[in-house]
Amino acid sequence: MPKVTMTVNGKAASADVEPRTLLVDFLRQHLRLTGTHVGCDTSQCGACVVHVNGRAIKACTSLAVQWDGASVTTIEGLASGDALHPMQEAFREHHGLQCGFCTPGMIMAAVDLVNRHGGVPDEATIRRELEGNMCRCTGYHNIVKAIGAGASAMQGSGKVAAE
Amino acid sequence: MSNTGIGARVARLEDQRFITGAGKYTDDVNVAGQTYAAFARSEHAHATVKSVDSKAALAVPGVIAVFTGADLEKDAIGPLPAGWMIHSKDGSPMNAPGHPCLVQGKARYVGDPVAVVIGESLAAARAGAEALAIDYDVHEAVTDPAKARSSATQLHDSAPKNTCYEWELGDKAATAAAFKSAKHVTKLSLSNNRLVPNPMEPRSALGNYDAGTDSFTLYTTSQNPHVARLVMSAFLNVAPEHKLRVIAPDVGGGFGSKIYVYPEEVVCTWASKKVGRPIKWTADRTEAFITDAHGRDHVTNAEIAMDERGKILGLKVHTTANLGGYPSLFATCVPTYLYATLLSGQYDIPAIYAEVDAVYTNTVPVDAYRGAGRPEATFLVERIVEIASREMGIDPATFRKRNFIKKFPHQTPVIMNYDAGDYAASLNKACELIDYKGFGKRRREAARRGKLRGIGFSCYIEACGIAPSAAVGSLGAGVGLWESAEVRVNPTGNVEILTGSHSHGQGHETTFAQLVSDRLGIGIDQVTIVHGDTDKVQFGMGTYGSRSGAVGMTAISKALDKVEAKAKKIAAHLLEASESDIEFKDGAFSVSGTDKKVTFPEVSLNAYVAHKFPSDEIEPGLKEGAFHDPSNFTFPAGCHICEIEIDPETGVCEIADWVAVDDFGNVINPMIVEGQVHGGIAQGVGQALMEGVSYDSSGQLMTGSFMDYCMPRADNLPSFKVDTTVTPCPSNPLGIKGCGEAGAIASPPAVINAITDAIGHENITMPATPQVVWQAARQGAARAAE
Repeated sequence: MPKVTMTVNGKAASADVEPRTLLVDFLRQHLRLTGTHVGCDTSQCGACVVHVNGRAIKACTSLAVQWDGASVTTIEGLASGDALHPMQEAFREHHGLQCGFCTPGMIMAAVDLVNRHGGVPDEATIRRELEGNMCRCTGYHNIVKAIGAGASAMQGSGKVAAE
Repeated sequence: MSNTGIGARVARLEDQRFITGAGKYTDDVNVAGQTYAAFARSEHAHATVKSVDSKAALAVPGVIAVFTGADLEKDAIGPLPAGWMIHSKDGSPMNAPGHPCLVQGKARYVGDPVAVVIGESLAAARAGAEALAIDYDVHEAVTDPAKARSSATQLHDSAPKNTCYEWELGDKAATAAAFKSAKHVTKLSLSNNRLVPNPMEPRSALGNYDAGTDSFTLYTTSQNPHVARLVMSAFLNVAPEHKLRVIAPDVGGGFGSKIYVYPEEVVCTWASKKVGRPIKWTADRTEAFITDAHGRDHVTNAEIAMDERGKILGLKVHTTANLGGYPSLFATCVPTYLYATLLSGQYDIPAIYAEVDAVYTNTVPVDAYRGAGRPEATFLVERIVEIASREMGIDPATFRKRNFIKKFPHQTPVIMNYDAGDYAASLNKACELIDYKGFGKRRREAARRGKLRGIGFSCYIEACGIAPSAAVGSLGAGVGLWESAEVRVNPTGNVEILTGSHSHGQGHETTFAQLVSDRLGIGIDQVTIVHGDTDKVQFGMGTYGSRSGAVGMTAISKALDKVEAKAKKIAAHLLEASESDIEFKDGAFSVSGTDKKVTFPEVSLNAYVAHKFPSDEIEPGLKEGAFHDPSNFTFPAGCHICEIEIDPETGVCEIADWVAVDDFGNVINPMIVEGQVHGGIAQGVGQALMEGVSYDSSGQLMTGSFMDYCMPRADNLPSFKVDTTVTPCPSNPLGIKGCGEAGAIASPPAVINAITDAIGHENITMPATPQVVWQAARQGAARAAE
């Protein structure tokens, strides 16, 4: 079995895995980082979004061995200690979650969205950009609001693309 | 009162774990020695399983065991039962064959589990399931409910004509007489499309047998773990109740689909003793599509009769309801007592007669999905009322107002006794918020841009709380539908609430704490809500039917009454005053007319120290419980208005504006209530515009993934304008009606009424995809040109 080594949430992580092991299974099963979720098997729902080398990807459609040597950030690594990332805070403040299952992927996708667009994206842009993330609870209303507020807060905190 | 009490817009306490990835869902739970289950499922919609050869499967490295329906039969593990008895109009009981957890004889839908393979790894279990040789004798399938009764294909020997029941409600003769005296009759044929609930968390189960205590623990994705335990114990013979612990930890959405007991959790629990190891199973999304109970699926013909002024005289309805391959746990009550009892809508209709035939087809079982029966009733009522107003040339808002029920309580001809409401208030407010008067101008402006703009009303009512027990019992329910609560006050004055309600997105950890904060004058951070574990909470009926506020919180409120009463007695001793002179306000007990007071935490500590009161008069400790069985259903109601713009070239609909004005009675946390409305509307818009299950004639599911089944995305929806009117619910002390299902109930007819208004053509099927709308728009345009 090949050995993969990554930096996950700032810490070195290494394991022998079957070549077919998906990145999401490496995170969930091998590292017990269960914050990253699996909501579908066709790469549609986005519950599994993590950042690899600073970019958002769907961890369910990517092999762990592809990312040997990469730096991975999951929802567990987004806050700085007890200080939440502004996007996490915005989701709480604006009730951008209900059951919480899509939330890790939503937040990771939202941070990436803001990093790519810079500034505070308008509502239409946020809605279009969420094409790859599904939520069944919120009707997206408060997610869109949270991302707008989170984007503003990120400008203020210098959190944009600072991972 | 504190700023975290009733009515406060507080951020949710549970969010900390969800936004940091620390939530604990069933699939996140792992136990030592865990194995994995993979189910081999029927690939045929209707087939006799002649044999299952497991030799090759058992030879797969890592495969531990294979079980089939015969193994369940040997251990007398019963089939999944139907939990609600319906009688046909001739008085005969329904035909409700059980659903074996692994096929015994015939498979009746694609996805029906035939065998389970247990493996050291998920990969091994799946490879084993692939290696099973299952020999089928394939039969013709029937999937269309409209054809089920006349089909030569018979699913169950015990259900002739594939019929579960032929049921009726209302006064047939009075309704016929009403139609005779009518000046105008409007007719409508519709189908209410079959939906897949699709909570984002797929179902999961982890069964674990402990030989030391001869008991089982099941972690599962359930909205009602106690009901799951009761069913598995009393009906399925998996284990006695006191030897079975069911834990539903964080659950990622349910929408009804996680009410029922499914074969997988039964098999994982039972088989964990057979293999002596814990067994985990988690559905992939494809399995969710072919195993989670679907929703809706009605075919209906209706007629409504009016006098010359548009006053409704009578309503006649015939519905065929598709139950799928087997009667799921609460499936039989959905198209009857949750549907036809709401056919009066918000209107004073003197005579109603409804007939419902429930049929079996070779499709996934259908059961309650967000709204359950009430969306189907609302869609019918709000479509036919809209069409009637258009046919009679009466403004749809005026037509509705003319027919609204205005005096309460109001006894409808279909069982329900509406206790309180003000339907004109919500309609008027909604009209104001959307600027109904300015609609003509917006329509003309849209026309200049080449767009067809329409407006659609939906004035819905629902019956929530799903209680009282005696009433539902008289209608056939196999269970009581009360709720329980226990309030445990700790010596240091913080509080644990144990509740039989279950939160899977509703925010109970916050709203329930707000109630306690309000009552005891302590911060919500001093309150912990315990739910979802049968070893911690004694019993509970769970969460569905928007019942956790009206029923669950009322139970907590009653237990708090008892806590307060006992604390008052203790405070009287501490303050050396008469109990009748003690007042409790803002978290402190005081002697009226003096400045002598003790705080709630001081009383709590003294309750446990027990030095300062006579123990023969007052027992030490501060812990009280209550069961609450309400005296009536609750009746949330409101008005949603949708404005839609259609591109006639493509049929693409864009929701231009949405107003929701709901009367949920008193509201604990407006932020959470608004969130429930947003999500409900999105699911209803999904039903109206995007979502629909499609089977081919052989019974293969054509919409078995998110690639083929269109879920609402962020860019399909607008931001919503949400407001409320309030008539407190008279049947519970908190005045709560419930808000969980309203959006999904209200929204489909609002969308379709808007589309049909825009295109001038009534014949639209859901989902109104661009193709459907484009075709209908062309028919509408052709008719206008005639």
